[in-house]
Amino acid sequence: VTRAFLLSALALALAAPAGAQIIAITGGTVALGDGSAPVQGGTVVIRDGRVVAAGQGVAVPAGAQVVDATGKWVTPGLVAGFSRLGLVDVDAVAGSNDQSSDGPFSAAIDVAPAINPNAAPVAINRAEGITRAVVAPAAGKGIFAGQGALIDTGADGQPVTRARLFQFVELGEEGAEQAGGSRASAHVLLRNALREAGQISGGARTIRNEAGREPSDPRNDPVVANPNETRSYEARRNEDVLLTRFDAVALVPVVQGRQALVVRAQRASDIRQVIALKREFPALRLVIVGADEGWTVARELAASGIPVIASALTSLPGSFESLASTHSNVGRMRAAGVRVAIGTIDDDEQRMAFRARWYAGNLVGLAKVPGAAGLSWGEALAAITSAPAEVLGIGNEVGSLRPGRRGDVVIWSGDPLDNLSAAEAVFIDGVQQPLETRQTRLRDRYRTLERGALPEAYRR
Amino acid sequence: VRFGLAGVALAALVVAGCATTGSADKDQGERVAISPDPFPSTYQRYPGAPVVITNVTILDGEGGRIDNGQVYLADGRIQAVGQSVNAPAGTQTIDGQGKYVTPGIIDVHSHLGDYPSPAVAAHQDGNEATGPARPEVWAEHSVWPQDPGFSRALANGGVTALQILPGSANLFGGRSVTLKNVPARTMQGMKFPGAPYGLKMACGENPKRVYGDKGGPATRMGNIAVTRQTWIEAQAYKRKWDKYEADGGDVPDRDLAMDTLKGVLDGDIIVHNHCYRADEMAIMIDLSKEAGYKIGTFHHAVESYKIADLLAREGICSAMWADWYGFKMESYDAIRENIPFVDRAGACAIVHSDDPNGIQRLNQEAAKAMAAGRRAGLPITEEYAWRWLSMNPAKALGIFEQTGSLKPGKMADVVLWNGNPFSTYTRPERVWVDGALLYDVNNPRLRPVSDFELGNVGEGDVK
Repeated sequence: VTRAFLLSALALALAAPAGAQIIAITGGTVALGDGSAPVQGGTVVIRDGRVVAAGQGVAVPAGAQVVDATGKWVTPGLVAGFSRLGLVDVDAVAGSNDQSSDGPFSAAIDVAPAINPNAAPVAINRAEGITRAVVAPAAGKGIFAGQGALIDTGADGQPVTRARLFQFVELGEEGAEQAGGSRASAHVLLRNALREAGQISGGARTIRNEAGREPSDPRNDPVVANPNETRSYEARRNEDVLLTRFDAVALVPVVQGRQALVVRAQRASDIRQVIALKREFPALRLVIVGADEGWTVARELAASGIPVIASALTSLPGSFESLASTHSNVGRMRAAGVRVAIGTIDDDEQRMAFRARWYAGNLVGLAKVPGAAGLSWGEALAAITSAPAEVLGIGNEVGSLRPGRRGDVVIWSGDPLDNLSAAEAVFIDGVQQPLETRQTRLRDRYRTLERGALPEAYRR
Repeated sequence: VRFGLAGVALAALVVAGCATTGSADKDQGERVAISPDPFPSTYQRYPGAPVVITNVTILDGEGGRIDNGQVYLADGRIQAVGQSVNAPAGTQTIDGQGKYVTPGIIDVHSHLGDYPSPAVAAHQDGNEATGPARPEVWAEHSVWPQDPGFSRALANGGVTALQILPGSANLFGGRSVTLKNVPARTMQGMKFPGAPYGLKMACGENPKRVYGDKGGPATRMGNIAVTRQTWIEAQAYKRKWDKYEADGGDVPDRDLAMDTLKGVLDGDIIVHNHCYRADEMAIMIDLSKEAGYKIGTFHHAVESYKIADLLAREGICSAMWADWYGFKMESYDAIRENIPFVDRAGACAIVHSDDPNGIQRLNQEAAKAMAAGRRAGLPITEEYAWRWLSMNPAKALGIFEQTGSLKPGKMADVVLWNGNPFSTYTRPERVWVDGALLYDVNNPRLRPVSDFELGNVGEGDVK
């Protein structure tokens, strides 16, 4: 915690009436993150960690700590739509890298206990205005990678906002490889897994919960919050099973439609198979990640209602499942009515989620390219704020400056989608965050190379 | 940095059918000579209509700027640049209102063609990871000219020339090749005429990781030992050939690996040294002096900011990213101000990609570095920052006499941007290479489509 951080926290405590902490950010160009265009001279009011009002003509409540953002831009904190933030400190240092595993489990894996809020990339992304991140495990053994979380990047050491937010499954080239070499095998494994989970779900009547009571109706049973719960030990299973008990139990919320099933699919035909899955298993809450060729099946995707988290700027046929890649993919899907968010997918997502704001800006720039499809500025900001939140069903919590959302707010030196701007203040849950990183410390140490009275190691 | 263009000599040796010395040396018999250029460039510029761009913001690549200026291109060359230029009446005119003209971007670090798209196993041709010292391999022999990445670098990135390097698995990775970003059926058809060769070297984690369980080197000290030992062999080889060239006698044994190292020792081949850490760069500088060569550029150079004064003194360029960090230990200490801090110290700073996506936005990488420098208190102008993208890389590749800035007489390698190229909102509008218009955002016929893409979904699409 920096000195500046303490001082601002102190100022807050002094300014706010007892029991309520109110921050009013005034005078800035305010963008709500909901797709609307930015407005000038807006005010954002955060009370007790939540947004209570944002926009033009918003009154500053009495007792509020006023932050003058005149000449600045104010947006919701950016949401990394797909990342591995917090799972890695240094990629090539195995001990600090918890993305994937060769261990015995797959769907049961839960990234939450592996999140390290002190990993350097967390602070570095925070300093770039990323306040929340969707964090997915990577497939290690089998097509199911496990359960991903929503985290915040705050400095309080409590990163997990929502554990087990979704299950992640590979159904493209990676899925085929994990399944032994073919997509057909991956699809059989998926259906078998859903069958096994369904049997557990159906048999849950006999399962006692931790308090020893029998749930009245398994279909109304809350999400299996934790695969380690003792009640899951006693689930009856027939003998024709491939999944471990924990993996099968972890998929119960998926088959019940209580937990999103995030499916990676890039190729047009793979996307169509996911759409078909929706017809076969209507209860599934499907989300597609990737969709490099999504624009070629955009109308079908839109009709299916399945939302997409896509890379913003793939343009290369990097593999045979991405032959149709184009920077216009997101814009074309959006124009067809697909709900699209931007994620960093196979794109240094352990560290570089902050690049998404420049990617979004590039999509705005496509408006000037004949034949290309991009996004409006408001849509582009939404693609890295509210859209990923809404795609995963947490749009009421984070991702915009609409009333009631968590007080995740960034004040920028300028247009946040352009290259020259920087985050100047970051609030998470209404708490102003330190923006120092290892990188800023090293910068300050080596600002001058002149020999001093002591070695560089004493400069700090 | 002085690397003569004539210095392509001693590139390779041709034992038979080669030139001989004259009759004056009859007493010594026919001398075996070395072919400097066994895979010669067949690149020929394409025709281009003369054109004048008016009312345009010009960044000349050397630090100069003209607002509302004019640029005149004809006969493959930059004819004139100024507030106004004299062009023959009737020359096609493009109104550049609200737009920028710059020299084409030059990427000193690309693996296009060697690690092409699609990135399938059959295409992984960038690392001859069969021994830590493989200077005998040449990156050009792996270049697949149908890599769709070249066209993206042109159309999205405004890249007009690029160096293709071997990877960094080896201490000596092999020779690099500099290409014009002009599609061709063969590698030779893209080869930048007269560009000197480079030698890719590497220090640090990669070689010891790759060879640690394959007989070594397994440590950084092992890396340095193998590197020094290899140079000792190269010095002996050079002595033998120098003696033969001076005195005749028995023809020394031929060694492809040593040919390349001899080329470095002769000052004809430029050393491009992959090196992240400041302490390792300092060791490589001493090593180069011991071995008798000069390092041209440290690539990746994540910690150059710690020794920018040393790099300035030694006249060594640093090719850097704007914000890459943390993917391995030796990139742990990256800072956003690396490029501007190196530049501030008077050392040569270059923005490089090492990436088929990054090469499409090198202008934006420069923008981020410029912005970080400004926030650190350095007043860096746009026209100054463009040196990181054109002049400095051209110098590092030994092609600055021909390209890399908008000076009359130079190759007309030019980009017209549809706005300020430091913005995310800006793209190339037109790209000329040697005066030929090879990309026009308004003309779908002027988009290169590689053989690989032809007949596949997305052929000829905006990318």
